[in-house]
Amino acid sequence: MTALHRKLLRDLWHLRGPATAISLVMACGVATFVMSLCTLETLWRAQSEYYDRYRFADVFVRVKRAPESLAARLAEIPGVAQVETRIVEQVNLDVSGYPEPATGRLVSIPDYRPPRLNQLHLRRGRRPEPEREGEVLVSEGFADAHRLQPGDKVRAILNGRRQDLMIVGIALSPEFIYQIREGDLIPDDKRYGVFWMPRTALEAVFDMDGAFNDAVLSLTPDAVPGEVLRRTDDLTEPYGGIGAFDRSEQASHKFVTNEMSELRGMALVVPTIFLLVSAFLLQVVVSRLIGTQREQIATLKAFGYRRSEVGVHYLEMIMVMAVLGVILGTVAGAWLGASVAAMYARFFRFPEFQFHLSPRVLLAAAGLSLTVAGLATLGAVRRAMALPPAEAMRPEPPAAYGTSWIDSQRVFRDASPVVRMIVRQIARRPFRSAMTCFGISLAVAVLILGSFMVDALDDVIDLEFTVAQRQDMMLTFFEPTVGRGVANVRHLTGVLSIEPFRALPVRLRAQNHSRRLALLGLPSDARLYRIVDRDRRAIPVPRHGVVISANLAKALELSAGDWLTVEVLEGKRPVVHLQIESLVADFQGESAYADLAVVNRLMQEGNVVSGVFLTADAAHLNALYRQLKETPQIASVSLKGAALTSIRQTIAANILRMRAFNVGFACVIAFGVVYNSARIALAERGRDLATLRVIGFRRGEVSGILLGELALFTLAAIPFGLLLGYGMADLVIHMAYDTELFRIPLVVNRWTYAFAATTTILAAACSGLIVARRVGQLDLIAVLKTRE
Amino acid sequence: MGKTNPRTEGMPATSEECRTHPHERVPVFQARGLTRVYRVGDIEIQALRGIDLDLYSGEFVVLLGPSGSGKSTLLNILGGLDAPTSGFVRFRDHDLVAADEAALTEFRRDHVGFVFQFYNLIPSLTARENVALITDITPNAMRPEDAIRVVGLADRMNHFPAQLSGGEQQRVAIARAIAKRPDVLLCDEPTGALDVTTGVTVLEAIESVNRELGTTTAVITHNAVIAGIADRVISLSDGRIVREEHNAIRKPPRELVW
Ligand SMILES: Nc1ncnc2c1ncn2[C@@H]1O[C@H](COP(=O)(O)OP(=O)(O)OP(=O)(O)O)[C@@H](O)[C@H]1O
Ligand SMILES: [Mg+2]
Repeated sequence: MTALHRKLLRDLWHLRGPATAISLVMACGVATFVMSLCTLETLWRAQSEYYDRYRFADVFVRVKRAPESLAARLAEIPGVAQVETRIVEQVNLDVSGYPEPATGRLVSIPDYRPPRLNQLHLRRGRRPEPEREGEVLVSEGFADAHRLQPGDKVRAILNGRRQDLMIVGIALSPEFIYQIREGDLIPDDKRYGVFWMPRTALEAVFDMDGAFNDAVLSLTPDAVPGEVLRRTDDLTEPYGGIGAFDRSEQASHKFVTNEMSELRGMALVVPTIFLLVSAFLLQVVVSRLIGTQREQIATLKAFGYRRSEVGVHYLEMIMVMAVLGVILGTVAGAWLGASVAAMYARFFRFPEFQFHLSPRVLLAAAGLSLTVAGLATLGAVRRAMALPPAEAMRPEPPAAYGTSWIDSQRVFRDASPVVRMIVRQIARRPFRSAMTCFGISLAVAVLILGSFMVDALDDVIDLEFTVAQRQDMMLTFFEPTVGRGVANVRHLTGVLSIEPFRALPVRLRAQNHSRRLALLGLPSDARLYRIVDRDRRAIPVPRHGVVISANLAKALELSAGDWLTVEVLEGKRPVVHLQIESLVADFQGESAYADLAVVNRLMQEGNVVSGVFLTADAAHLNALYRQLKETPQIASVSLKGAALTSIRQTIAANILRMRAFNVGFACVIAFGVVYNSARIALAERGRDLATLRVIGFRRGEVSGILLGELALFTLAAIPFGLLLGYGMADLVIHMAYDTELFRIPLVVNRWTYAFAATTTILAAACSGLIVARRVGQLDLIAVLKTRE
Repeated sequence: MGKTNPRTEGMPATSEECRTHPHERVPVFQARGLTRVYRVGDIEIQALRGIDLDLYSGEFVVLLGPSGSGKSTLLNILGGLDAPTSGFVRFRDHDLVAADEAALTEFRRDHVGFVFQFYNLIPSLTARENVALITDITPNAMRPEDAIRVVGLADRMNHFPAQLSGGEQQRVAIARAIAKRPDVLLCDEPTGALDVTTGVTVLEAIESVNRELGTTTAVITHNAVIAGIADRVISLSDGRIVREEHNAIRKPPRELVW
């Protein structure tokens, strides 16, 4: 080893504190980068492999009832590769030992061959045999939630008749990677499951001999999807088609894709912050180091070390810190990634989901970090290289303190010498002082960034579940039902009040835009389910026209007062023009509401509803559940409380974990910035401080000078950091969470602000105290002996 | 900055090869009309006001002069650490004024050993490593251990500068300067901070290198007594050479008293 390398190692050892801080901050950046991008790649690979191997369909078609002969006509549409027709029904389930109602989705599979599309991955057990009554496969999520094994039974109400579903196997399908019931915000494996049953068995139960009500298509590579959808709609319209859609509207696909775009946003914002902070710390530490080593550099040069050799020497030192950061970050990122992947594996059901540490991502992370480190220190290293040796040999001139405006301030004149020292120090290096403040602010901001999601979701939940939806449960009927069905529900034990609704599949059109969605018809005096905007204002049910989401209006390029075309995809399929009476700025962004009476008039079906919202007496819930399970007309029961609990559990399991990561990261930043500032202050003023000690100042007083400055920086940084955090949260929402599915509001509550401020102060105090201990270890004699 | 061959061989050679001089020997350094002006804000400081000087191979020169007379400035220019404001300097046939920074670096690397007033050891390296720092980049260097033995510090080889006294540090600095077997040894007040006995030890080390290796040596000092050990004593005052004396016999450093 050359002597210069020995110097490198000893210098690094001497700088181990600041160097570790820098490496750690950099490691956080690398870790988040590696974690999000590797998870993203893992998801992407798992998804595309799954889709490929199990032949996920491209187009999804729902009809009321179509003859099997339609399949051949669908197959003839140019661009369609394969067609698989199915029977899909929603049923009520009664799982033994579980009082609450659950919903099952029954999907037919061909009797003796695997489906052509959306093939199943059999986890356990065997395929059901059409000859044996009631044999089914169950989705893994539901099986896990209820600990169901092959051989177990689940009771279901099939077309008004009770039947036992015999579980013979547990399966997965690319169609239900994310298994969520329509209309729910979050999956609930306890209350929603998918069952696959042989086609003939389903045909028999639902009187669908030679008919189907659902079809999936795959496309040829040269297909024009829009054209296929249009032709499909033309063919299915006579059979009650409610509009074909492609993968972008398929629930599971939509959620998985949405998650990926969130990860992508996360991979951009958070690591950038860490890299910036580490760049700043590196810059400060390396400039300082090169400043203190002026004479050493001059000596090297005097003896003929070349510019490049000097440059390489310092660059190596920087790279050691950066490489250490990259290594630590990669290890941490792999660990975090594996843990996030495990979390995804609980929500996204893939046949195989192995966290994949992508070499591409690792290379990018390493390249990015090293480049940032190099750029941050470029100036300092170039200064070292350009240092004129003769001049540098002369000692650095004493720090130039001058009188400034502050000296003329009265307050300042009366201040103690310690306060004056602090103020002058700050005033002398305004840029560095500002950067230190900024670094600490970033810690505050990261804390807010890591925590605001919880606030935002709490806000959404509160709005959805207490302000907008005031029912206890929602029932939907198999068929649009007339008043008598509703009356039956009202008379069930425990029902306090009910409110009918009608959800109508429609296509909204405006010029060349169109959207398929459910138009919700509500009574004009709706109390249980209200239209509420993000500011919690209730918007009245429109009298003649519709109210639609502001987001939807934007997508359709419409505003309040405009007219739009509503094509109903059910019944006699009327097409009407309705005026947009007002817009509602809501979170889901894809809602349309009308008066129930208006809906019924345009359907010309009389007083018909598709379901009811109801409130129930908590004391009679179990009785009510029992009755509901036995009411054949009811297709599904959604319990609000259950949904709320499941959302809360999901948040606790996932978002709080992410929050813990972020708190860790933010502490690293706060600690790193304050620790480095303190170390540098100590290095720069070690001599002054030792002098003070020699002339009789106490250790505490001397530490006070050092820490006073940092305390001031920390306090100044906090308000700015709070603002910065709010701004970054806004940015993240726009980059990652402003998807079609969800519009997360920007809500940061007081506790989060307080938490961010307190955590930062604590981290800063810890690092300050560690450095203050060094004041006690100042070698008074050595400091005074060396020349300045 | 010159990108081509940075070695000294690439330096522009002066047109007049080896001017005649009263001395029969060939000058190693030739300086003519050297001035050096420092500019600090609006103030100009004339550190050198026209220096003509020749140094000969193997010669031991002492530079005397009051503080601020320009001794260090002159030495730095001769050593290729600094450039004159006007005038020219030649080392053998290499023009130091026309040389760019890279060429000066190579000049120092190949030919010059420095001993600084404030030792300038690298604090994070031991005595031996401080010497090795230089021998690492020199092809025909001594072994660092041997250089340290020359200055009599064999038993302190693995001590850090902070663990050595001022005189010991200065001896390490000399070991570092001579380890590369330089053609010229430039010492800026090597005894400035030392007591008599240590000062003598240090001077002995320098003198023996000059005598045994024939290294052209220039030593700056405030201390007129030291002048006795030199071949030639040059006195500076206010940026000019004011006196030049030749010693018929060089006194051994041990006989110096101050
Ligand atoms: N880098 C510089 N900037 C400004 N002035 C300088 C610089 N270096 C030297 N000087 C000035 O040039 C003059 C000569 O300086 P020099 O260091 O050569 O003197 P010296 O003879 O070595 O003095 P000493 O015996 O005190 O070391 C002095 O007045 C000094 O202040
Ligand atoms: Mg001097």
